[in-house]
Amino acid sequence: MATTVPKVRSETLRTLPDDNVRQILWHFADRYDLQMLVQSAREVARGPVARLVSEGSRGTHEWTSKKAKLLEAFDQSGITAVFMDPEHGGYLVGPKNLALALIAFELAWVDAGAATCSLAGCLALAPIHERGTPEQRAHYMALAAPPAPGEDRHTYRGAFCLTEPIPYVGVDTGMLSGKVRITEWVDGQEPLLHVEKRGRFITNMGFANFVTAAVDSGDDRIKGSCMVIIEESDPGVFDRGTPTRKLVHQLSSTCDPIFNVHVPASRIVGGYTIKDGAIIPNYSHSEVIEAVFKRTRVTVALMTSAKLLSAVEPIIRYQRGRFRGSEQAKPGMLRYELGLQQRQDALHRLANLWAIGEAGAALGFAAARLYDEIDPLEREKDAILAAKGIRGGKAQLRFFRDVDQSALELLRLEATAEEKRNRDVYDTLKNDRLVEFALKDAVANVLCPAAKLWNTGTGANSMREALSLMGGYGITEDCPGFLAYKWMDSQLEATYEGPEAVQRRNLSVTMTNELFLAQFRQWIAEMRRVAEHRPGTGACTLATAMQLWLWTYRHLRVTTDAYGGALYQSARQGVTFPLADALGWLLATRQQTLDLIELEAKGPENPVLAEGLASTLGFFTDLCHIQAARAAGEVGRICAELVFGYNRHPAWDDEGYKGCYQSDELDSLEGLIPGIASCATDVVGPDGSHPAKAGPCASCQGLEGFQRLRSKLDGCLTGAQLAKDRLAEALSKVMIPEALDYPR
Amino acid sequence: MTNPYHVVVCASVVPDPLQTLEPITGPSGPALKNEMMLPAILDPWASHALYEGANLVKHIAGSKLWLVSMAPKAKLQQVMMTVAQKVPLQLVAVDGPSSGFADAHQTAHALAAAIRAIAGIDLSRLLLFGGWESASRSAGVTLQLIGEELGIVDQFQGVDAITPQEDGSFEVLERVEGARHQVSLCAGPPAVLGWATGNLGEPRNDPQVGMANMRTIMPALQRATVASISADGMRYSNVATPKQQRQTRIVKELPAEDIAREIVQWITQE
Repeated sequence: MATTVPKVRSETLRTLPDDNVRQILWHFADRYDLQMLVQSAREVARGPVARLVSEGSRGTHEWTSKKAKLLEAFDQSGITAVFMDPEHGGYLVGPKNLALALIAFELAWVDAGAATCSLAGCLALAPIHERGTPEQRAHYMALAAPPAPGEDRHTYRGAFCLTEPIPYVGVDTGMLSGKVRITEWVDGQEPLLHVEKRGRFITNMGFANFVTAAVDSGDDRIKGSCMVIIEESDPGVFDRGTPTRKLVHQLSSTCDPIFNVHVPASRIVGGYTIKDGAIIPNYSHSEVIEAVFKRTRVTVALMTSAKLLSAVEPIIRYQRGRFRGSEQAKPGMLRYELGLQQRQDALHRLANLWAIGEAGAALGFAAARLYDEIDPLEREKDAILAAKGIRGGKAQLRFFRDVDQSALELLRLEATAEEKRNRDVYDTLKNDRLVEFALKDAVANVLCPAAKLWNTGTGANSMREALSLMGGYGITEDCPGFLAYKWMDSQLEATYEGPEAVQRRNLSVTMTNELFLAQFRQWIAEMRRVAEHRPGTGACTLATAMQLWLWTYRHLRVTTDAYGGALYQSARQGVTFPLADALGWLLATRQQTLDLIELEAKGPENPVLAEGLASTLGFFTDLCHIQAARAAGEVGRICAELVFGYNRHPAWDDEGYKGCYQSDELDSLEGLIPGIASCATDVVGPDGSHPAKAGPCASCQGLEGFQRLRSKLDGCLTGAQLAKDRLAEALSKVMIPEALDYPR
Repeated sequence: MTNPYHVVVCASVVPDPLQTLEPITGPSGPALKNEMMLPAILDPWASHALYEGANLVKHIAGSKLWLVSMAPKAKLQQVMMTVAQKVPLQLVAVDGPSSGFADAHQTAHALAAAIRAIAGIDLSRLLLFGGWESASRSAGVTLQLIGEELGIVDQFQGVDAITPQEDGSFEVLERVEGARHQVSLCAGPPAVLGWATGNLGEPRNDPQVGMANMRTIMPALQRATVASISADGMRYSNVATPKQQRQTRIVKELPAEDIAREIVQWITQE
């Protein structure tokens, strides 16, 4: 049989991928503002942050003066000001999602707690940025920007307070205990509010000057919930609370605060209207949170991916140097030069975790870029709806039913041959900003929870594997790259800003949006086209896995279990959640493949890359291939469990016997069709005897489509292990620096 | 106070010192393995010159600072993402090799031409800054040759400080043996100053400075002149990285005084 890729590539990866490669992969090669930001964040990460970790500052959950120095470093390096627009003291124009994602990535490369510390300030400002009144935005954003030269003030720092002590808000953001009431309302004057709120696990609380807190109405004269801004100087109790005794992310401050303060009603985020003698906040707390979290969760997702990729270099160095210095390993000997890399397992496992890191980073950065595209679209959408007088969630939903139909029509036209399209309709729909918003929003609503769920969950498992590749060294404080800390931290990344169950729930809803599914079908065709020109990428494997996932989803929508219960329904998380898990594998791997194509297209334009581009592309192609195979394996397993797992297994009873051959019947058939007996698996004797097993084999009637796809998928794995062998070869030869570049 | 200076800092890029530097013989002579693919930084010696130059310009009203750098354009652009955030500067880019094995005479000629071509530069006010050594090959001659090409006869090497005087002259501290400095008084520019480490720390990255610099840096990179540096007539008889020396003895319970004595003895031996 012909193979499309060689057993060994003529050139293997020469050096670890540098900024030139990353900038193309993650689509910011033309953004020098972001490139500078990366360098700036990196200097902080590998300097002050790394020094804090190596000095042992993670040994306590208390917020110390040493840790507080990080805030100054963030200010001086421009990290704090990234979130602000230039009119509020920032320096980046336009959406900031990719910028924040890159900062999170760089900081988490060394310590994710530092990344959290930096991003929690943005999280506090995000409600104000996304839903605040113009006055609130101008006031708090300017205060939170570091002082300009000559300005005499300190940087205002914020905390976001949603989570409350059990049994209140946590996984379910609707169960609020915090209350807001009216204490004074003089006619013609602004009402004065009384806010009571207890928080739990609140980041930045050890030093925050203001807090954006979610509260529910405790007063008939206030309708619904809202978010309010509390300042440390407000009259009443602003108790930062006790530090949370957490074991991870020790470079961020986390406390359980208590607030009992009086604030003017102008502190309600987004303002309010007065109707029939009652205050109606313009945005409920859940509306604010939705706008905030769907962006910030992406940055958390990237933290775990950064850590996985950061583990590659220290692992290679450890593996190679494992035996150096011993009597049995002299320079020139294989044991000296390659160390543990003489053995395939160490290299294969390293390749696996590298591939997962790449896929996660690809997915996270794609989501961040998508939000950068959506931000201006969303503002346009809001303006259009406001002009049409459409207000409130339900009215918007009704309006968007028509828009969604238009978007589906556009997708249908795009799938039609150009000469057969109605050009006018196509052009109209293509230029419709609401249609564009609907399409992108449908994808973003999937990519965000998928990235948060898959990157952190799979990433945490892979970090454990990374540690194991360092042997006992991996679980020591001395481990280069701080891998043990990174592993422990990843558990928190999988938890905060909505734990895995929340992401699965979210994803199991958004992935059923027909607008998303229609685009997903297009992506299957897209992967086939990729595979046609780049057969070594595993794109064909991925396309088949995507088909299998779609088949399974469609099947589960209309099928019942053995007892007649509907399968794909909200309450049946045993069905919906695993399918959401499977989708994460597919989306991450697809994005990894698309990034590879970007590198292939743009790489030749960069003379620095030209010299080793072929080897870099070859390596990344093989990484995609093994990741596609891994994704296919996961998807195949999950889908098979769901498709077959809810059917009742036949038993050795009357019903079961109906599907079996009787032995005398088989004997007579053997005379007519010689050899048939050898094909029969379930044969019942005249005395009712049967083979020793659980029951007759399950029938697959109605599932032939699944079986065909599953069987095809297994075949699609052809060549994946060869790719892994090539990766192993490359990993044993790639040139790495003499030493890790942190702590500096 | 003194008259303004026109400070030109010559600095190239070198591979990040943490990288594995393995000499190989390429088609045009010696090179480093995978040199183009290795992350690069601004030459550390010249970086000190840049920070000192920027500090000088900041304190002498009307002074200007240019960074003249010859390197592969794409490589230089990547390095600028960090350097541009350090101090306000104007870049003059020359697209050419940054390898430590490039001919110093031809390099100096190309850089001198680039300096002469700077719009608005007053060569009589010129202070030519650079590193007294280089992290690439430590030949340490390029800066002097540029000075020669530009006809600058006042040259100082191993500089740690420059102090402008009221009369337009300036005092220069040059490193000499025994951790001492030689103090010179120079009547005024033009002069060449090959810097040692100076006295300033590395400035923090400031993206605001970077954004301001980038407005001129990106166009400067686009219009970079191409310098063709030929390897003809050059021959390196031997190229090797400095040998790592490691002599380890394990001695238990040795008094601190004995350890100190042994270290001093080791330092002072030939």
